Amino acid sequence: MDINTTKFLRRSKLETSEIKSTSYSVNKIKSYNQGSVKSNKPLIEIINLSKEFDGEIVLKEINLTIKENEFLTLLGPSGCGKTTILRILAGFVSPTTGDILFEGKSILNLPPNKRQVNTVFQRYALFPHLNVFENIAFGLRLKKKKEEEIVAKVKQMLKLVKLEGFENRNVNSLSGGQQQRVAIARALVNEPKVLLLDEPLAALDLKLRQEMQYELKEIQRETGITFIYVTHDQEEALTMSDTIVVMNSGLIQQVGTPIDIYNEPRNRFVANFIGESNIIPGQMVADYKVKFENQIFDCVDRGFHPNEPVDVVIRPEDLLIIDKDSAPLVGVVESVIFKGVHYEICVIVNGREYVVHTTKSARIGEVVGLTVEPENIHVMEVEGVGNE
Amino acid sequence: MNRTIKALLYPYVVWIAMMIVVPFFLIFFYSITQSRPDSPAIFRFTLQHYREFFKTENINILSKSVILAVETTILCLVLGYPAAWIISKTNVNIQNMILLLFILPMWINMLLRTYAWQVILSRTGLLYTDTAVVIGMVYNFIPFMVLPIYTAITKIDKSLIEAANDLGASSKEAFLKVVFPLSMPGVITGIVMVFLPAVSSFAIPRLLGGGQYVLIGNLIEKQFYLLNNWNFGSAVSVILMILILISMRFMRKSGEISGRGGAILW
Repeated sequence: MDINTTKFLRRSKLETSEIKSTSYSVNKIKSYNQGSVKSNKPLIEIINLSKEFDGEIVLKEINLTIKENEFLTLLGPSGCGKTTILRILAGFVSPTTGDILFEGKSILNLPPNKRQVNTVFQRYALFPHLNVFENIAFGLRLKKKKEEEIVAKVKQMLKLVKLEGFENRNVNSLSGGQQQRVAIARALVNEPKVLLLDEPLAALDLKLRQEMQYELKEIQRETGITFIYVTHDQEEALTMSDTIVVMNSGLIQQVGTPIDIYNEPRNRFVANFIGESNIIPGQMVADYKVKFENQIFDCVDRGFHPNEPVDVVIRPEDLLIIDKDSAPLVGVVESVIFKGVHYEICVIVNGREYVVHTTKSARIGEVVGLTVEPENIHVMEVEGVGNE
Repeated sequence: MNRTIKALLYPYVVWIAMMIVVPFFLIFFYSITQSRPDSPAIFRFTLQHYREFFKTENINILSKSVILAVETTILCLVLGYPAAWIISKTNVNIQNMILLLFILPMWINMLLRTYAWQVILSRTGLLYTDTAVVIGMVYNFIPFMVLPIYTAITKIDKSLIEAANDLGASSKEAFLKVVFPLSMPGVITGIVMVFLPAVSSFAIPRLLGGGQYVLIGNLIEKQFYLLNNWNFGSAVSVILMILILISMRFMRKSGEISGRGGAILW
């Protein structure tokens, strides 16, 4: 356990470039979530869905309900099965067992062209022989709509994705971000009930990606269409989603709002995958009392057996550096890295690394005290199966 | 580095000059000159060979050659496109096998294969007809249609077909609106690669059309081998070459039209 935690903490140091944006997106989420009006009607029900490819299990008994107007994100590392779920929903792959209900009816026997979903593909899949207008009009032309209607709808879509005046451009002459917008417009013009997005921003650079995140969220709110979004980028998931489904090796790890998932990760995997965490083995002494590093801390968790071993999760921004004389934890500063908004300070306490994010610097080699507020201590059950 | 590459190019340049550029100028030279029968070194410039070509019988030969070549090309396309499509759909191991089967006959001398057709066609009573000539040409040239189309189809990104299905296209619509237009470069190459040898072919018409059967290729051949009229033969060659250049230009243009905008598809 110790070795694993240390390993994780070391690794997380390399990934800290993401932290800055994470902490600032958390603030954004709140305002977005308050903004959207949600209906609770289930639109898609995924029931006991499993998928094997050549004997290899990709999805294990997935159960998930997706509501109308929801922005749902399937989040997980590559190979966790998130894209397979999306492809099953689109109709490109059929599941080994299980069912998918769309408004209460099974859609497994419908071919992709008969389903009320549209997909935004990872590498856009724009038709290279068609210009921007004809790419977007493709779905409408198949439905034999009238020319005036097609022109009006395509124009409306181009406005929505901010590409007015690009009608006659060759899609190959567009930048990645513009191609992405065309792909979104091409899918949305068909007014699907559900839009499936397969890592649509993966190929864009950081700045553009952040811009597109807000725009996508904006589009989702404007159109009221259910978005099912696949990504491996936790920042994207936190910024845009109403609901995040964290997946690993074919299993759902946790379903919840971004705030739930960030603040109350259900297991080590979620705690490690979403943001940065210090995970410390501990013991639940009694309700609201947890013991780790040979110290008893107040916490807000209860319902564990007396003396049950637990994992304690503390986010780096929740650890406070205080005077060593009055601190429950005392350690030596091993490294200090300037990250712009904050310093990332690594403190060794009893041989274990603690990552601290703070706006105040410290000297390497300095002996400091660490403390944490009771509500910032999160206690998780120890799992039989270690995910790290 | 750069100098080495340039040095490597020299043999190629010399080869091209010797085998293509010089002969071309010689043909052109022959086509606009006439030498005295008694001394070949004394010649005068003239356009009489070109005038001679525009006689009714020669024009008939030319038009017949073009018609048969067009028929051959269309048949190759109609047979070759589905073949290329089916090959591209089979699994990769079988794919290479089928491709090999297509290429294998090309390793056997064309004349031998055409003699074989002589035997087959004589039994059905088709030998020495236009049909026999077209069958022979389709048989010989169809790999040149299948291979470029096959290459073009396999280069099409699979996600484009998925995208078409996703947007509501049935398999047939996805084929007509996405796969076929995107395979056009292969189709154009195939058409050019079949039409060119078909229009100028002389061995196949001779063997399957009979000794008296004359297409433009045979007309040229006859001037050089039988009538020893190199000047007229050269003039016909130049005319054929111009005709081919014009038709290639036309094909490329029509390929470009299908590649733009796209509203034309609907």
